[in-house]
Amino acid sequence: MIIPVSSGGSGVPRAAANMDMKLGTFTEFSPDVALSVHALMLQARVFEERLIAMYKQGDGYFWVGGPGEEAFNIPLGLLVNKGQGLDHDFLHLHYRSAATLLAMGADPVDSLRQMKNTATDPYSRGRNFVGHASIRKWNVAPISSPIEVQFSIAIGTAEAQRKTKSKGITIVQGGDAGTAEGDFSTCLVWSSRKGSELPILILVANNKYGISTPYEGQHGEVCISDRGKAFKIRGATIDGNDPEVSWAAIGAAMHYVRTERKPFLLEAMVSRLHGHSSASGANFVKNEIDCIARFEHKLEERGLLTRAQMNEMRAHFTAELLEASKRVRKEPQPLPETIWDYVYADKNRREVN
Amino acid sequence: MATMIQAIRMALHVGEERLGVTDIFGQDVGPPLGGVFTGTQGLETAWNSPLDERGIIGMAIGLALAGRKPIAEIQFCDYAFNSIDMLKIAGNTYWASAGDWNVPLVMMTPVGAGIRGSIYHSHSFDAQATRIPGWKIVMPSNPRDAYGLMLSAIVDPNPVMFLEPKALLRVKGRDGEEIPGEPGDPKALSKMIDAPLGDRSAWKPAWPKLEEYYVSIGKARVARAGKDVTVLTYGRNVPMCLAAAGELAKDGIDAEIIDLRSLYPYDWPAIKDSVRKTHRVLCVNEDTEITNFGEHLIRRIIEELFYELHAPPKLLAGAHLPGVGLADALERATIPQTSGIKAAIDTLARHQP
Repeated sequence: MIIPVSSGGSGVPRAAANMDMKLGTFTEFSPDVALSVHALMLQARVFEERLIAMYKQGDGYFWVGGPGEEAFNIPLGLLVNKGQGLDHDFLHLHYRSAATLLAMGADPVDSLRQMKNTATDPYSRGRNFVGHASIRKWNVAPISSPIEVQFSIAIGTAEAQRKTKSKGITIVQGGDAGTAEGDFSTCLVWSSRKGSELPILILVANNKYGISTPYEGQHGEVCISDRGKAFKIRGATIDGNDPEVSWAAIGAAMHYVRTERKPFLLEAMVSRLHGHSSASGANFVKNEIDCIARFEHKLEERGLLTRAQMNEMRAHFTAELLEASKRVRKEPQPLPETIWDYVYADKNRREVN
Repeated sequence: MATMIQAIRMALHVGEERLGVTDIFGQDVGPPLGGVFTGTQGLETAWNSPLDERGIIGMAIGLALAGRKPIAEIQFCDYAFNSIDMLKIAGNTYWASAGDWNVPLVMMTPVGAGIRGSIYHSHSFDAQATRIPGWKIVMPSNPRDAYGLMLSAIVDPNPVMFLEPKALLRVKGRDGEEIPGEPGDPKALSKMIDAPLGDRSAWKPAWPKLEEYYVSIGKARVARAGKDVTVLTYGRNVPMCLAAAGELAKDGIDAEIIDLRSLYPYDWPAIKDSVRKTHRVLCVNEDTEITNFGEHLIRRIIEELFYELHAPPKLLAGAHLPGVGLADALERATIPQTSGIKAAIDTLARHQP
């Protein structure tokens, strides 16, 4: 069956309908799944709102994140084969991926710690911006600020999985603007070499902006997923604002990569609901689809949740994270001498000579 | 007696046979060529990559994250400049992730002038390399050190950059510099491990029974003991400095030549001991002279050993020019030569405070 692509407002380019759309069978979520996906989406959104509030209250120097991508990122996190080592999936994510990590089971308070750059921040001990996680026990490679470099690194974990014939796959995710970097081409070239194809799921979250520059100002191609065609990389462009479409597409693409041990390029059209980062104010953007509002409307129609229940959930998550942020505020800042820690893996203190 | 490139090849063989090396790769590294300088002929795990330096370093990082032990080659350091971003990530991953992920990889690349390589086969990389914290950086000046440093690089849990002085790659070791286990007769060794010209598809090397021999990273070598002037140098300039010192000995000037071998971490105790003995210091390297690694050494010597000095420290380095010209006269006028080194040592030795 064909993945439904909504027209008009969803932002999916018309040409996407011509893409390879034999991507699994789209079905409505069962009530259980719908409710747990919704809860995670809502929690992820409230969590980003808390981070933005922390920034605005002076509890952090910078915010960047992914509010508006929950409908894609939550299913992604739920579908990952989570664990450490080659038989699990490797993740090379970007700084809009907090919802994916939340769905995998990451504690949102750890991100509040990174926001507040505390010594207790488990991802970087107060060294890096929020959204820059590192979770080795789940094969989550450190997220770094340079755009698209993860596409050149991901081929390495995928090559290791290819060589060892492991069960795991590599998942790499970036945005639309970053595909202009050579690293995106690197990923396409190295993952599609005949006889050496890599088990890699290449994800592009297309929010139609690179900071302030609209998609049209940066791209000539109609769909980014078209770029796989020259390499015989299967691909699709989907409505990433719909969690059921996303679930089906990610599931099917993962299945293809897991079983065929070949690359797949999946582009998801998503919204960017609070702009690029705190540098552009991080205020809510009204003219983009809000995937949560849309999904909640469906849940109401299906009689799974009432507006009042959903309001209560939101209030509960909000209060919970507010309390957590107050606790985090009291946690210690890193000590100055810790700058010398973790420079070399065989010497965790400054070279003294 | 092995040449330096044979020594490197034998170290890589020991690495893949006994020390867990899984992937030796780069452009033209695999069969049939086995490296433009023959450094990777006959190796079991050598493979050819696309012509993509960023991809080569990214692949190495990914392989290292996945638990493999990669050795990546950039064919000439002149072409490593587009991968600086990836080199920075290799260097900062352990620190940025607060010890979550270390990146045990080796990058090897030929550096420097001396083969009439013109503008893009004569670059040095030492100044650039020492500007990327988180790496260990080594540069041998003879085959046995190349062998021992490569084995140390392979077993190191950090990213290690192995800079190969390309003008010395085909130079044989001197008596007493044998690699443990190599046959004494260079012709016999060549017959065993050098690929034949023409069709090599059926050829396999017959590796000598090599012993492991490690040169500690961070340890300098006194290449020539002397009492009048300390010369701090590495790589291709070591034999030039030795030749200059040999000539000056006839005039009664006794220079001490310190072969640093490791640029980071560098052997400050060895430098300190020598400067305290001679009170005069010359730094010699081929890189452009502005923001040169020798400048750093001189700065530290001035800060910490000022009252030990009987003459202003001197740096002899490449001219600060956009390139090294092809014609013999141009290269000689750009890069330090033995005559210039001799004159500099002579001037320093005769300087009266």
